[in-house]
Amino acid sequence: MASGHVMKRVKYKTSVKDPGTPGVLKMSGDRIAFIPHNPNSASKLDVNFRSVKGHKNTKEGSNKPPWLNLTNDQGGSYIFEFESYPDMHICRDYVGKIIAKSGEPAKTAPAKPDMIAPDEQINTAELEVRIKLLREDSELQKLHKQLVIGGILTEAEFWATRKRLLEREYGNKRKQRVGFKSAMISDIKPATDGRTNRVTFSLTPEIILQIFAEKPAVHQAFLSFVPNKMTEMDFWTKYFRAEYLHSTKNAIAAAAEAAEDEELAIFLKHDDILAEEARRKIRRVDPTVNIEADQGDDYTHLPDHGIFCDEAKETSEPQYELYKRTLAHDINRHAAVVLEGRSVEVELEGTKTVAEALARSKQAEAANEDSAANADQEWLKRLSRLTEIEDLQAPHNHPVAPLCIKDPRDYFDSQQANAVKILGEDPLGTAKRKSAVNSNEAFGFLRECISQVKSVGLHDPIVKSKDALQVFNALAHDISRTKYDVGKISQESALDKLPSTTKEQILHHWASIQELLKHFWSSYPITTSYLYAKVDRLKEAMSQIYPQLEEIKKSVPANHKQQVSVLVRQMHQALDSAFQHYDADQQKRSAKSDQRLNGMRE
Amino acid sequence: MKFQIGDVTVYFPYDNIYPEQYEYMVELKRALDAKGHCLLEMPTGTGKTIALLSLITSYVLSKPQSPLKLLYCTRTVHEMEKTLAELKKLHDYQVQHLGPAAKILAVGLSSRKNLCVNPRVVSAENRDSVDAGCRKLTASWVRALAESNPNVPTCEFFEEYERAGSGAVLPPGVYTLQDLRAFGKFKGWCPYFLARHMVQFANVVVYSYQYLLDPKVAGIISKEMQRESVVVFDEAHNIDNVCIESLSVSVRRQTLEGATRNLTKVDQEIRRFKATDESRLRAEYNRLVEGLAQRGDLQVNDTWLANPALPDDILRQAVPGNIRRADLFVHVLRRLVQYLKGRLETDNVEKECPVTFVNSINNHAGIDQKTLKFCYDRLHSLMLTLEITDTDDFLPIQTICDFATLVGTYARGFSIIIEPFDERMPDVRDPVLQLSCHDASLAIKPVFDRFQTVVITSGTLSPIDLYPRLLNFNPVVSRSFTMSLTRDCICPMVLTRGSDQLPVSTKFDMRSDLGVVRNYGRLLLEMVSVVPDGIVCFFVSYSYMDEIVSSWNESGILKEIMQHKLVFIETQDVVETTLALDNYRRACDCGRGAVFFSVARGKVAEGIDFDRHYGRLVIMFGVPFQYTLSKILLARLEYLRDTFQIKEGDFLTFDALRQAAQCVGRVIRSKADYGMMIFADKRYSRHDKRSKLPGWILSHLHDAHLNLSTDMAVHIAREFLRKMAQPYDKAGGSGIKTLLTQHDLQKMVEGHMNEMLY
Repeated sequence: MASGHVMKRVKYKTSVKDPGTPGVLKMSGDRIAFIPHNPNSASKLDVNFRSVKGHKNTKEGSNKPPWLNLTNDQGGSYIFEFESYPDMHICRDYVGKIIAKSGEPAKTAPAKPDMIAPDEQINTAELEVRIKLLREDSELQKLHKQLVIGGILTEAEFWATRKRLLEREYGNKRKQRVGFKSAMISDIKPATDGRTNRVTFSLTPEIILQIFAEKPAVHQAFLSFVPNKMTEMDFWTKYFRAEYLHSTKNAIAAAAEAAEDEELAIFLKHDDILAEEARRKIRRVDPTVNIEADQGDDYTHLPDHGIFCDEAKETSEPQYELYKRTLAHDINRHAAVVLEGRSVEVELEGTKTVAEALARSKQAEAANEDSAANADQEWLKRLSRLTEIEDLQAPHNHPVAPLCIKDPRDYFDSQQANAVKILGEDPLGTAKRKSAVNSNEAFGFLRECISQVKSVGLHDPIVKSKDALQVFNALAHDISRTKYDVGKISQESALDKLPSTTKEQILHHWASIQELLKHFWSSYPITTSYLYAKVDRLKEAMSQIYPQLEEIKKSVPANHKQQVSVLVRQMHQALDSAFQHYDADQQKRSAKSDQRLNGMRE
Repeated sequence: MKFQIGDVTVYFPYDNIYPEQYEYMVELKRALDAKGHCLLEMPTGTGKTIALLSLITSYVLSKPQSPLKLLYCTRTVHEMEKTLAELKKLHDYQVQHLGPAAKILAVGLSSRKNLCVNPRVVSAENRDSVDAGCRKLTASWVRALAESNPNVPTCEFFEEYERAGSGAVLPPGVYTLQDLRAFGKFKGWCPYFLARHMVQFANVVVYSYQYLLDPKVAGIISKEMQRESVVVFDEAHNIDNVCIESLSVSVRRQTLEGATRNLTKVDQEIRRFKATDESRLRAEYNRLVEGLAQRGDLQVNDTWLANPALPDDILRQAVPGNIRRADLFVHVLRRLVQYLKGRLETDNVEKECPVTFVNSINNHAGIDQKTLKFCYDRLHSLMLTLEITDTDDFLPIQTICDFATLVGTYARGFSIIIEPFDERMPDVRDPVLQLSCHDASLAIKPVFDRFQTVVITSGTLSPIDLYPRLLNFNPVVSRSFTMSLTRDCICPMVLTRGSDQLPVSTKFDMRSDLGVVRNYGRLLLEMVSVVPDGIVCFFVSYSYMDEIVSSWNESGILKEIMQHKLVFIETQDVVETTLALDNYRRACDCGRGAVFFSVARGKVAEGIDFDRHYGRLVIMFGVPFQYTLSKILLARLEYLRDTFQIKEGDFLTFDALRQAAQCVGRVIRSKADYGMMIFADKRYSRHDKRSKLPGWILSHLHDAHLNLSTDMAVHIAREFLRKMAQPYDKAGGSGIKTLLTQHDLQKMVEGHMNEMLY
């Protein structure tokens, strides 16, 4: 309903006591305009939404007339009296939306400015993603615990630097679509209160979507009846009444009921849309399973020819035939719909939206279908593939599914790391080998190999599976280790030699220092007092890590002291430069504050 | 690969061949050389079709001086498509190796409904309305009318085809129905009439059984086939049923009412013609005097279904005088319908032989046997004279005339049974008069007589000595092949008890027992959680399936099954069943997995393959006996006992077990495939039942698997699936060879390695 503009007949009051000037209220874009009926009236109004700070309204059902009160930033207010509550609600919603859009200044409870970070609105879905990420990554969890729960960073700050991570997680979520439930809709069992004969069905948009998908006639009926002809409640009551009639398996009773109530009849009769769909689909069916084609070929189907099988006895009369529905039909339809999957992507809110979305997706489908003209060719190909006897010939090259690497960087980084490692190792390795075999021996060995291949042929799997596994493991190991390798390649070997607790500690400190520094540097230039406070906090935290690093340096055994001190020195340097910057900034700031220019600088 | 069998070089489109395929070809060649009939049973999944096609086409190629024609009969259209696809592959291979000399023309032939490309006609609901729609546009009188009046619609495809005249030919190649339609659309020629025309020139024709067995159809389509033909009936285990069905007719109240309406309409037409164009009726009369009723100088597009009686039985003589005049003939038919109506009013089940029935007609309605015999042709001639095109409206009278002609022609092998109501619903009056044929050899006799070689082949022809008796012929070769498996890739089991150790069976007194229903449900539930991809379940009848499925639905078992796999069900509506099958396949393809519920004597069991991932397990719930109280079946059993000395019980068991074997036999496509079969009924553990199963199933049925309960079966299934998932040597490395290369074959032919086969 957030359409371009809203126009309503209102009375404008400057105060509560004011009897009000009748006129038209027009809200469009970011302006509110009031045009009185009497052009001479002084109470013309044209303000920007930016100046509107909040809104209040009278409750429906209270004995007050429908008023909407907009408060402006000067502390004044505009009061509009509407002709009816629905009118007022429309305008209120519109105002609410605009105000929310124009951001924090219009918060109904304008918070202490600048002290608190822009309080982000996290919905539960986002929260879930965060929790999931933390749970999956212990390192991130540690960091989160230290920095956020330790009060150094706020939740929002922590995640702000990890937007990509969140997005990826989100993206994955979106890709996997949820299908229909495997349970049938007839499994929806009503709740009874046990005392009266009343039963209650609870319908969720989920179930409604399933009903619509499985029964196009119901869908069609909903679109055409609700809300013009009957309310949604009535609609579903009728639907379940029809379902109940079906469940009694009494076709005659169903026919009688249907004769009295034509809307009910729609639910009871056979679904014409389905029949039409079946007719369309049957043309594109796999020819190797098409028993329908036999019907045209099988002359014994001529009425009364051949020995009729004992099954073909249908005793019911044709007029009731229409109201017969079998369980088998329902099961087939259900399975087909589940197999087709859900094409509707919208958030399931109201029944109406569900119905409309489904109708749209159906249309799109129909459009796609027409374009699929080369289906015949595909079938031919498939048919010839199906008829082949697979083990009488060499296997086909099966279509290969592309290798999916979640983040290409993981792959390339690992490759790089390998390359670096090989470069580093190479001189050593070749030197060793040189001593082991001379060129003559090597040549002889090669010749032997070749002659062996000539006589025996290649081994079926050219590479032994054991070897392959080894290579695979090594590669997999590298990829999993990349995280540590990247950026610290030079120290990598040194780090590996350290005792594991020290290594862990150093890595942890490194990660937290990185995180802190990232936040620290991104806070400059300091433009708000909020950032100022943040930098203070960060500095505090960093200066706490400083001595811890010293501690590590001291505690490690003597043989590793050298390497650790190299590592720690780097971290110290990074921290030092941060401190330096902080101090310099602090000095400038104090100089400025002497001139009483409030902290807007650099 | 190519290899020699005697003087024939066989071109086989694969690199390897199964030893049994080779054996099969050797036997087939013997039959061809002897110009005699043969009966070959080879397990499903060993490539019967391709072996057969390879040998016969190669045989023709190596003996160009005596061109053989191959008439390949399938039961269903989809089998026809599959066969043609295999032939296409073979043909490509032969052309590649032999050049254009190897080119042949192969066409599939079906009805107008499957071949028509005229959008206005083909959109009709069923076959008959498509046929009628076509006639309305292509009948000779319609076309004659259209020449003078451009507003009369004609079929542009047929007109175009006619205009092309003798130039309208199919270039050599293999044409599936799809290809024919595409070709027809491309050229603007009617594919149906083109195919009908080309059948005479084609080297290979693939069509349905009815085109040879049903005299009504064979009379128009297979009339011109040369004697030097090889006729193949594939999947022929039910051929006796097809034969007797093609000569059986039933008459109900609705038929008679329809026939009365038809006669009124015919009467009106005759009166109209008398007023406007009496010369035409007189011309017809003269024609009938000369006995031209069924020969006729008719154009191809005017033909109707031919006489239901067999060609040899139709006397080439003048139509009896009392029905030569149109109005008299209508009068005779009215009397016949009236008589049949009277017979339907009976309160007791009546059974008669044709001779007494004809006598009774003669006494009560004054129609003699010879008149009855000519009814069909006389009606045919009348319809043409009256220029009636909406033939689909005239089916009831056609049925009555069919009945009259058959009853007037055959004195033995038939019986007439009148039942006032269905045995199972005695309070609902639904009288039916059935003319049922008991002698399968009647319909197939002309085929055996006319063609030099008839091959009857299937995966289940056990016991193989029964078929020559049922069909009354002498095969020169009759053999049953076993399957040499590389590994135990089929796993038949007999399940006799549920997990609560109570017996399970579909015996009449047990089938609706809740314990049995529950045990069957638990069995399926356990299996869907263990077996990947597709599972197929066969039930003994539609009514039993409905009953059991709704019972599972109420008890929640169905819901639990749906947690694991999608469920699809065969219904009596073919369109729905086809869609369900298509969806089932897609569910198996995409990995969702599905269960298909089917019926042992239904359409699906007839000819749908559940090979590879489309069927890893088949469960046969119960023994699919025929409905033994049916009067027709009883009459047939009596006939079999009297003529062939086949005991009732033996025949029923044989029939039930061939049906069961047919159901479970479709899980295997090749030796690389694997599948399990569960016979869930305690009666299968009895020797007399079990021993009727085909040898290739029996040989894999271990003694330990003969008396299983559900939990044991689940355990075996788990083990089996794990075993099948292991890699294996396809050629059957140690001991017996199960896959032969060209090299192996040459060695074998040289006689060095004969022991390799056995």
